[in-house]
Amino acid sequence: MTIPSTPDAVPRLEISGLGVAFGGLTVLDDVSFTVGRGETVALIGPNGAGKTTVFNAVCGLVRPHAGGVRINGRPAPASATRLPSAGVSRTLQGLGLFERMTVLENVLVPLSGTRGDHTAEARAILARLGLTALAERPAGALPYPERKRVALARALVTAPDLLLLDEPAGGLGAADIDALAGTVAEVAASGCSVLVVEHHVDFVMGVADRIVVLDFGRVIACGTPGEVRGDPAVEAAYLGLGAAS
Amino acid sequence: MDRLVFLLSSGLARGAVLALFALSLVIVWRSARVVNFAQAAMAITAVYAAFAITAASGSYWLGLLGALAAGALLGALVERGPLRFVRGDDPLSGMIIAIGLVMVLQAGLAMAFGPEHRPMRAPFPERPLMIGEIPVLSPYEVFVLIVAAAVMCALALLFGKTPLGLKLRAAAFAPETSRLLGVRVPRMVTIGWMLSVATAALAALLLVPTELGLNPHAADLLFVDAFAVAVVGGLDSPVGALAAGLIIGILDSLVTGYATAAAAPLAVLVLLTGVLLVRPRGLFAAADRRTG
Repeated sequence: MTIPSTPDAVPRLEISGLGVAFGGLTVLDDVSFTVGRGETVALIGPNGAGKTTVFNAVCGLVRPHAGGVRINGRPAPASATRLPSAGVSRTLQGLGLFERMTVLENVLVPLSGTRGDHTAEARAILARLGLTALAERPAGALPYPERKRVALARALVTAPDLLLLDEPAGGLGAADIDALAGTVAEVAASGCSVLVVEHHVDFVMGVADRIVVLDFGRVIACGTPGEVRGDPAVEAAYLGLGAAS
Repeated sequence: MDRLVFLLSSGLARGAVLALFALSLVIVWRSARVVNFAQAAMAITAVYAAFAITAASGSYWLGLLGALAAGALLGALVERGPLRFVRGDDPLSGMIIAIGLVMVLQAGLAMAFGPEHRPMRAPFPERPLMIGEIPVLSPYEVFVLIVAAAVMCALALLFGKTPLGLKLRAAAFAPETSRLLGVRVPRMVTIGWMLSVATAALAALLLVPTELGLNPHAADLLFVDAFAVAVVGGLDSPVGALAAGLIIGILDSLVTGYATAAAAPLAVLVLLTGVLLVRPRGLFAAADRRTG
């Protein structure tokens, strides 16, 4: 299918012909799309469509058998450890917080590889997300919405070029989802590109500039929220099956 | 009363050594999820290095530094060597390699230095100081307590207050997440092993002058007691290692003093069994577990 053009000639993220198989099972087949600078792209699809596998391929956690991933025009790092230095941050579905560490320590971990005292940067991002009062609390002791914000703060503290959000709205109430949408919009406005996997359709329609729809590991639709909403293939594969709203 | 004070104070010194060795087991458990059954053999190998350096230079302090360096080097070699090829999801392989390492190191030491006990002099007198008529700690035991406390404080500062400590803790508890955050997990595991074996070497070096002398098996009993300490305290808990080390050191000393030395291991075993029945993960085990 034709891939719509992105705002810049060199996209932040370029996925071309990506193929991933686990044993004999094809999980991704010829997946191609881009994310431009400052653009927010949502990756949606039914459970098992391969959304998280796309993230894992971008992060070097799974090795594709076909195609490739380029970040800022260069091949994506083969090792997940090099992601932050390539300008990529990711949140996880399971949050992956260090439960016994304080909120501040959690946010300091991605900065610990570079010299100097980064406490001021960490506290600044905590203040931005309304977490200042919780800085010294153990992350594991916080309610779920606050823990989600800590995960987001940890991803944003390195000022990434590309932010990968894995189901950021899952488990949140309406007010928290609105606040999250505001934060994503601010991040994108600052020039950071965002790729978000999410089931919450209203959130996706609200924040995404473009939507890529996956089904059985293949891209079945790609376009603006308005274009995708009316796509019969999407309705049949995803929206028509009673997706969460 | 005099006897009680003496036994308590000497138990405290032995407990500090036990705590230090147990802490070394906790460090390697936290960083690699391995109970290193070769810890005693590796530690005593480093003590032999100290013995050789002290014999050549005449300086106990150079020997002490040599033991730390040899312990760290040995930890790195073992982790980067045989253990690097062990599958992470198979704890048995790590244990088997450790047991093989015990045989190789102890046989190698016996061939190189002989199996006999070699006397190692303490850097300070071992006669107890008297407070009034009551014998308390010897100058060497005071030295042992100060060194153990200093090392524990240094490790607490390292793990709690430095970027390296933050990365070591992150890599220990959530290696996959840590990788995504830029932490070089394999390097952290290696550093964990280096810290662990260096700490164990120091504990063994502090113990040997108070025992029969240096021998390839000189730290075997220390390992058994320290393993009990680590399990009683909680294998994940440095604070547990410290507390349980002092408890078992004092228990050992009191039972030896008031009953017989032969009953001391039995008392430790009873305590270990009791703790395992009531709190199977140890007295100070944390509620959370390691994640991917």
